[in-house]
Amino acid sequence: MSRPTTLADKLWDAHVVHAQDGEPDLLYVDLHLTHEATSPQAFDGLRLAGRTVRRPELTLAVEDHNVPTASQEIADPVSRLQVETLRTNCAEYGVELYRLGHARQGIVHVVGPQLGLVQPGMTVVCGDSHTATHGAFGALAFGVGTSDVEQVLATQCLTLERPRTMAVEFTGALPPEVGAKDMILALIGAIGVNGARGHMIEYRGEPVEALSMEGRMTLCNMSIEAGAKVGLIAPDRTTIDYLAGRPHTPTGSAWQQATAYWQTLRTDRGATFDRTVTIDVSHLTPLVTWGTNPSQVVPLSGVVPAPDDLADPGERAAARRALEYMDLTPGTELRSLPIDVVFLGSCTNGRIEDLRAAAAVLDGRTVHENTRMLVVPGSMTVRAEAEQEGLHEVFLAAGAEWRLPGCSICLGMNEDRLTGAQRCASTSNRNFEGRQGDGVRTHLVSPQVAAATAVAGRLAVPADIR
Amino acid sequence: MKNFEIHSGRAVVLARDDIDTDQIVPAEFCRRVVKSGYADALFANWRKEPGFVLGRPESQGASVLVAGRDFGIGSSREHAVWALKDGGFRVVVAAGFGDIFRRNALNNGLLPLDLPYAELGRLAGQVAAHPGLEVVVDLRDCTLRLGGKTWQFEVEERGRRMLLHGEDAIEAVLRQGDLISAHEARRPAWLPTVG
Ligand code: SF4
Repeated sequence: MSRPTTLADKLWDAHVVHAQDGEPDLLYVDLHLTHEATSPQAFDGLRLAGRTVRRPELTLAVEDHNVPTASQEIADPVSRLQVETLRTNCAEYGVELYRLGHARQGIVHVVGPQLGLVQPGMTVVCGDSHTATHGAFGALAFGVGTSDVEQVLATQCLTLERPRTMAVEFTGALPPEVGAKDMILALIGAIGVNGARGHMIEYRGEPVEALSMEGRMTLCNMSIEAGAKVGLIAPDRTTIDYLAGRPHTPTGSAWQQATAYWQTLRTDRGATFDRTVTIDVSHLTPLVTWGTNPSQVVPLSGVVPAPDDLADPGERAAARRALEYMDLTPGTELRSLPIDVVFLGSCTNGRIEDLRAAAAVLDGRTVHENTRMLVVPGSMTVRAEAEQEGLHEVFLAAGAEWRLPGCSICLGMNEDRLTGAQRCASTSNRNFEGRQGDGVRTHLVSPQVAAATAVAGRLAVPADIR
Repeated sequence: MKNFEIHSGRAVVLARDDIDTDQIVPAEFCRRVVKSGYADALFANWRKEPGFVLGRPESQGASVLVAGRDFGIGSSREHAVWALKDGGFRVVVAAGFGDIFRRNALNNGLLPLDLPYAELGRLAGQVAAHPGLEVVVDLRDCTLRLGGKTWQFEVEERGRRMLLHGEDAIEAVLRQGDLISAHEARRPAWLPTVG
C-alpha cells in the first residue's frame, strides 16, 4: 500500500512531467488564465524567440485589471494600448479572449470557475497572485510572474520546487454574519503575511465544509496574503453540485468518470502535513484591518491597537508606520471612523453571494450622505444574475453606483483609482499603502460590513444599523 | 540574459520589513506593455516622501539594495523586478522574499540574497561605517563581502545556474518536449479546453 498522502501532494504528483533528484520538478499546467496587465511582455518574449503557444486551447484571456467600469470606452491611451495589445496577441496566437462587453467578461478568478473551466484535480496558473482562488475546487492553483507566463505559453509547463504542506484546521461553528472573509483574515492575523511562505495550505474542518463554493473561493483567494503558494479545499458534494451543468464541465459518461475521480481527491487518513495551524471560529466576530497589510487586523468592535504592546521590534516599527499612514491613534474605536468610500467587488468578494449578502443589509436603507459606494460585480455573468434578482435596484435605490465588471479599485489601476487621503472600506484583499490610490487608506472588510458601513458612514456591523 | 558571477557595487539600506510589490511599483505603472524603462516607477510613491533614502544624492549609482524582512510580498507584478533593474540594482539583500518575487528576480538576473534578520542589521552597520565602499557579491562561492567582513548565503540551485550561466529557462523545458507529449497523452479525456 502506498504511503498516506496529502491532497496537495497527490495533485502535485499527478502533474509531474519529469522529476530528477536534486532538481525542481517539471509540472504540467492544465489551465492557464491570463489578462492584459501581466501578459504583453510574455507574448513579446515568444515573438522575439520565434516560439509558438504550445496549447492555445488551454489558455483563456480576459480583460479585467485595467478596464473602465463606468462605460465600455477606454479613454486613457496608455490603458487602451494595453488592452489592445492583449487583443492583438490573442488573435495572433489563437487564444480565446473575453473582451470588454462580452457576456462572459469579468475578473479572471471569477470567470474561470463560473464556466466550469476549473475542476478538481487540475493545475491552474495565472500571472496574478490571487490564483489560489481556484484551489476552492480542489485544484492546485498558483500565481506566477510574466517570465513564467511566457514559459507556460511556450511549454504548458513550469519548473518548480515542491512546496511544503500545511493544514489549516478550522474548528467550531461560524456565528451568524461572520463569513469566509473573516475566517481568512483571522488566519492571516494569526500567522502573519509570511506565515505560510513556501507552503501549500489545505483548509479543513466543518466550518470550511459548510461554506458555499463562493465562500470557499473567498477563503482560498487570500492564501497569498499569508504568503502561501497554494490554498485548497478537498472537493465534496458542494463542489460537484456547483460544477454540474456548467458550460465546460463534462457530461454523460465523462461526468461519471470525472466525479468518481474527484471523490478520490482527499488527504489520506494518517497523512502528515509539514505544519498544522488550528483556528477556532466559534467566537469569531466581523474583522477589519487597521493597518497597511492584511495581518494588521482586529475585531470591528475593538480599538486601534498600540504598537508598544507588540513584542517584536520589527512589527512595532511597522505598526508605527502603518498608524501614521492610516492617520490613526491607538485606542480609537474602529466604529468611530468615518468612511469616504465603500468598495464592494474584487475577486475576493465580487461574486453573486457577496452581492446578495450586501444587498440584504442595504435593502430599504440609503448610503450615508458623506459616503460613496461603488458596487463592481466580478463578471458580466454575476452582473446579469444580480439584475435578474433585482439586486441592482437595491443598490441603486440606496444611492450606490452599479458598475460594469473589472478589478477597479481593488488595485487602483484604472480611472476608478481614489485620490487624496480618502478612507475606504473595501471588500478586496490588500490594504497596502497606496493600493487604491496614492495616500488612500484602506480597511479590508466583509461584504456585510461594507454594506452596513455605507449606511452608517462609519465602520459598522449590520446590527449597528438595524 | 547577462550572466552573473561576481558583482561589486555600492549598497543602500532601506530598512523596512514586508515591502510589497505595490510599493516597489505602483499599479498605474503596470499599464505599460514594455519590459524596460521603469526607473521612474521604482518606489514612485515613497520617493515623494522628503528624505526617502533612494532619493538622496549618496544613494545614486547604488546597485545593492539592503532591505528588511520579507521583501517583495504581494502582487505577482514582474514590473517590480524590471524597475529594480532599471534603477541600477543587481542584488537585493533581505531576510526572506515573497515566493513569486524571488522567482521573478531569478528569471531576470536579479539576485535575491537571503541573510538572517540579525545579520541584516550588521550589514547595514557596515554600510554606514564605510560610506562609498563597494559590496562584493560572489555567486561562485556564495559570499558577500564588505569592509573586511564576509557573509555566506545560499541560493536555490536552479536560480544560481540561471544567473551564473545566463541559462534560458524556456529552452531548457522545450528540450523535454517528448516527456511533455507523453504526459499529455496520459491526461484524462474529460479535462476541459477553452473555447
Ligand atoms: S480583483 Fe484585485 S486581486 Fe483580484 S485579480 Fe483583480 S486586481 Fe488582482
